[in-house]
Amino acid sequence: MSEAPLLQVDNLVTHYPVRRSLTGRLAREPRLQVHAVDGVSFSLARGEMLALVGESGCGKTSTAQTILRMVNSTAGTIRLNGTDITRLSQPQMRPLRRKLQMIYQDPYESLDPRFRVQDAVAEPMLVHGIGRSRAERRDLVISALERAGLAPAEQFLERYPHELSGGQRQRVTIAAALVLGPDLLLADEPVSMLDVSVRAGVLSLLDGLRRDGDMGILMITHDLSTAAHFADRIAVMYLGRIVEQGPARDVVRNPQHPYTRALLSVVPHRDPRQRSTPQILQGETPNPVDVPPGCRFHPRCPIAEDRCRREDPVLRPPAAAAAAGHEAACLLA
Amino acid sequence: MTLPLQDPQLAVEAEGQPSTRGGFFRSVLRERKAAVVGLSIIGFFVLLSIVAPYISPYSITQQTCAVYAPPSGAHWLGCDDGGIDMLSELMQGGRISLVVGFAATLVAMIIGGGVGILSGYFGRWIDIGLMRITDYLLVIPDLVLMIVIADVWGASLFHVIMVIGILEWTSTARIIRAQVMSLRERVYVKRTRALGASNARIIWKHILPQVGPLLIANTVLTIAIAIYLETALAFLGLEDPTVTTWGTILENAFQRTAISSGAWWAIVPAGFVIAAVIVGCFLFGQAVEDALNPRLKAANLSVHRWRLRPLVGRGPDAI
Amino acid sequence: MSLLEVEDLHVWFDLPQRSHHGGGQVHAAAGVSFALEAGERFGLVGESGCGKTTTILALMGLLPPNASLAGEVRVNGRNILAGGEDSVRAHRWTDIAMVFQGAMNALNPVKKIGWQIAEPMAFHGIAHGAAARRRAGELLEMVGIPAAAGERYPHEFSGGMRQRASIAMALACDPKILLADEPTTALDVMVQAQILDLLTRLSDELGLALVLVTHDLPVVAQVCERAAVMYAGEIVESGPMEELYHSPRHPYTRLLFAATPDLYGEDDVVSIPGTPPRLDRELAGCPFRPRCDSAFAPCMDERPVLLPVGAGHEAACHLTRQPAGEHQ
Repeated sequence: MSEAPLLQVDNLVTHYPVRRSLTGRLAREPRLQVHAVDGVSFSLARGEMLALVGESGCGKTSTAQTILRMVNSTAGTIRLNGTDITRLSQPQMRPLRRKLQMIYQDPYESLDPRFRVQDAVAEPMLVHGIGRSRAERRDLVISALERAGLAPAEQFLERYPHELSGGQRQRVTIAAALVLGPDLLLADEPVSMLDVSVRAGVLSLLDGLRRDGDMGILMITHDLSTAAHFADRIAVMYLGRIVEQGPARDVVRNPQHPYTRALLSVVPHRDPRQRSTPQILQGETPNPVDVPPGCRFHPRCPIAEDRCRREDPVLRPPAAAAAAGHEAACLLA
Repeated sequence: MTLPLQDPQLAVEAEGQPSTRGGFFRSVLRERKAAVVGLSIIGFFVLLSIVAPYISPYSITQQTCAVYAPPSGAHWLGCDDGGIDMLSELMQGGRISLVVGFAATLVAMIIGGGVGILSGYFGRWIDIGLMRITDYLLVIPDLVLMIVIADVWGASLFHVIMVIGILEWTSTARIIRAQVMSLRERVYVKRTRALGASNARIIWKHILPQVGPLLIANTVLTIAIAIYLETALAFLGLEDPTVTTWGTILENAFQRTAISSGAWWAIVPAGFVIAAVIVGCFLFGQAVEDALNPRLKAANLSVHRWRLRPLVGRGPDAI
Repeated sequence: MSLLEVEDLHVWFDLPQRSHHGGGQVHAAAGVSFALEAGERFGLVGESGCGKTTTILALMGLLPPNASLAGEVRVNGRNILAGGEDSVRAHRWTDIAMVFQGAMNALNPVKKIGWQIAEPMAFHGIAHGAAARRRAGELLEMVGIPAAAGERYPHEFSGGMRQRASIAMALACDPKILLADEPTTALDVMVQAQILDLLTRLSDELGLALVLVTHDLPVVAQVCERAAVMYAGEIVESGPMEELYHSPRHPYTRLLFAATPDLYGEDDVVSIPGTPPRLDRELAGCPFRPRCDSAFAPCMDERPVLLPVGAGHEAACHLTRQPAGEHQ
């Protein structure tokens, strides 16, 4: 039985033009592009959590924004449940937005400070015309809050955001996303602004949701430890491309791309006795305006060879033994 | 990726503060004396204007005393050039002045608020277009244009209201636009857009309530300006001379040689009440605007320092 | 006599009279004590609101006017807080310096980096003019930035470089003690590794005593030899890093480590229910009791005190007084 995957992204490209100054335009300076997303392909099935991992500037947030259609892609396709949503207009996207929701990083900014919890969670229903009466909507709000782990839900209905902790606010945002019954949840750094002691609760909630609710979750994070622990699959991004992807366990224990290896080596461990030898790369990630030719990682790569300057590698299964579905974009892998 | 800097005292303070608009104004009144004074002044004059016809001691259309009669027990503020009681004139003239002020401000606020919100929210061509119009009106000297219009279309209260309203919305538009532009980038607005909410809904439910306080602060400040402009227009003889406003009182006094007659009571009280209302508006409006500013903690510039307390004993029962 | 000795440090913040609290105080730091030798790296760990930032700001006397302080901060035996602001100012930057949270965004945008590094030198009379600029260049090289970059402005630097520049600025007057408040929180993991490596090197080569304040346990585990865990304004456990991880004696320490996911860890990651207590009220018993998974009778009324539980290892928990094996 071949059913279309929940989310299928093929060769997605999103470039932002860099605005030229007036003098620049008069001098006919070349038009520069920010290659935020430069050819990304992956798929996400129901009940699966894929972590999109990378440093700042790698394009993970832009990828999410493009999938959400808040930003227009330059090329490539996005398919949600088999439907091509790449070029749909905003009015056409509206009914589909019920199936596609996003959780944002900052719980302190995600909620309108003037909206009570019940208004915040009920709003999506009002926008999409769900629920025929106040009472019905109230019931749906309560069940969404309980699914998000805020119980007893009645106690939270009348509260304002500033009366809630960061973790509680994030759960309210999740409840507001759940109330529409989405198939796909995009979570942009859902816990990075929460205290350590609260993170696991929210992440377990997301984990439980995708299992029970048969949802797919695309989690964007810079925290490899979190990704390794909670995600089924990890995709490592660098300068707008996925350089390695595969089952989380395998990517973390058996990295095939030199960037992944370096990244994993510098993640600090909580056990002070486990001090790995960090492979600290020189410099910082280059500007996405200026993508190096050939393999985009070659200027910082510890094992770069001559051909890496000329050939641009594609994602393919590595030569060394690796789990099924594990791919790396390296000429030497 | 940063954790919010948790100032322990902020965490405590943030609890239990109401977010409703009513609560905001109540807290401004509670914390700033200036706001209370300002609001009281405005309130006093509004109340006075409402009850003026019932409590003014004399009629303002019939002569009840001698020309330029000085203040006396019967006429507390004396009389003007037509033998009409000054106090009654002030009370009833205030009605028109305030009505003109409020009405003109209402026009200005609706236009200014609308332009500011549309410009700030939609950006790009709408913003460019509206802002160019704003710039154009901003550079026209208000009083000169008003003189021209009043001259061309005649002097009537309605014209005065419209002219003030059409020229005074520009600075409000800019201020509101700036706030809307920053509000548009807030995460909860982006979230609601990602939900599929219409622009109308977002503006009505999320943007408008947030710019409300700023709009009100601006409204009050504009009232002050409108009253001042009305006075100026009246003083220049561009208003309907049959109507009694504070401005026409001043204009009459000036025209009819009140100064050389030494009849200060024909000028000073009118000028005083105008100034009082303007000051009242400014006090309240500024207090609200200041309260809307993110906390300007000049803590490190203060002459006070942190204090050292002596330790009494050691261990868990210390202090 | 240690290089830095903090003894029984308390910090209170006055709450505004006219707010609905009607005055009162927040007891942001209570009885904080620790000591540091030259070249040692010490971690101050805790979540938001635990008082760690307040503590290190107090070490330098950088508190707002509504703060009151008690306790001693001794540098080479001398209490630098004894005379209030005026006495501590002489020691700021020359003895103790700080890299602030978000320092990379706190650089003056209209002054060149070299000028900003040289500024404290002139203020403390250490070097002026050309000599100061040369020393600024040396400091930039020390933190891994070419000296010529001193002629550039902050906006021309990347986040990681700006953080390095902030570190160079902190070293301007050759301090013996460096306080770093969340120095890598907003940085990518690779840049974080670079900065932590730099701090470690500086501590080794210059004999700097480093106090690293952060909520990120793995960072402390990697960089510091000893650490103290703070909760509700108090130190609840302190000792060698290895002891803290392998034999924690306070439930909060144990749970905090358990709540931190590890790259290769197989155990479930836990979360700690509840929220930290309000610090504007008197607390009865142990401040962690409402959230503790091992609370028992004495925890309700008796406030636990920091007691030794091993070599250089202390914990403030009633469980430590139980005979081993009786409670988990």
